[in-house]
Amino acid sequence: MLWTTGLGRFGSGLSPWAELERMENEMNRMLSRYTYPPSGEFPAVNVWGTAEQAVVTTEIPGIDAQSIEITVAGATFTVRGSRGPEPVQENESYHRRERWHGNFSKTIELPFTIEADKVEARFSKGILYVTLPRAEAEKPKKVLVKAEKE
Amino acid sequence: MADTTKEVQKKEAAPVEQVERTRSRNIYTPDVDILEKTDSIVVIADMPGVDESGVDITLEKNVLSIYGTVDPEIPEKHELIHASYGIGDYQRSFTISDEIDRDKIEASVKDGVLRVILPKAKMAQTRKITVKAG
Repeated sequence: MLWTTGLGRFGSGLSPWAELERMENEMNRMLSRYTYPPSGEFPAVNVWGTAEQAVVTTEIPGIDAQSIEITVAGATFTVRGSRGPEPVQENESYHRRERWHGNFSKTIELPFTIEADKVEARFSKGILYVTLPRAEAEKPKKVLVKAEKE
Repeated sequence: MADTTKEVQKKEAAPVEQVERTRSRNIYTPDVDILEKTDSIVVIADMPGVDESGVDITLEKNVLSIYGTVDPEIPEKHELIHASYGIGDYQRSFTISDEIDRDKIEASVKDGVLRVILPKAKMAQTRKITVKAG
């Protein structure tokens, strides 16, 4: 065998993104042990990617955009926020109360280092879109092979 | 733990019997709060991805139906790598027991949260009756 396989995160021949799912599950398990509602599982995230960046989307309706806290460190991305319960005055009562309220925190690890300065976030119609570009140094580069002159 | 996991996930709406959908997409049941005030009933529904132009509210007899159409924003040229929530429209119906003043129903959407205010008809508003001593 000429190439090393099965070693390291990218060496297994699997998509580097496969690791994301595993990491997420692990992290959720860790976090959910300490908080209720299980903070690792809420909010649900979808991750979209190209070779150069990832876009993380999450549904957090009714949150003030200013209060959403996003932190990036290395390859991990964390979003935090909270939503208060609907205030109830005297003579008012709930018939149904299904909507979540409280604090949430979600951390996901991407298979690459994030260029922290270029992270962009947008909140529209209750959905948060975060663009996480891959660190410049890690982007795939094309190497030109020079032909030797005869 | 399994129970709590269920709660944070989007629930797919059960298809309405004998009614076929014309759009082939998922339909979810939005989480709602229903608050009864002295002069109105307030229905609050989480419908991320829905704006004021995508909401359809009908009150037929005593059934209030809300439908939220989502125009999904999908990042271009990106591949979906990990999905833990589905994208689709929202639908839910409620039976309203009180008399509602239909002309004064108000609805608004802000940051993906729909708020419908159903004012009670004058007749249905609770009146306090003083009992006179005989």
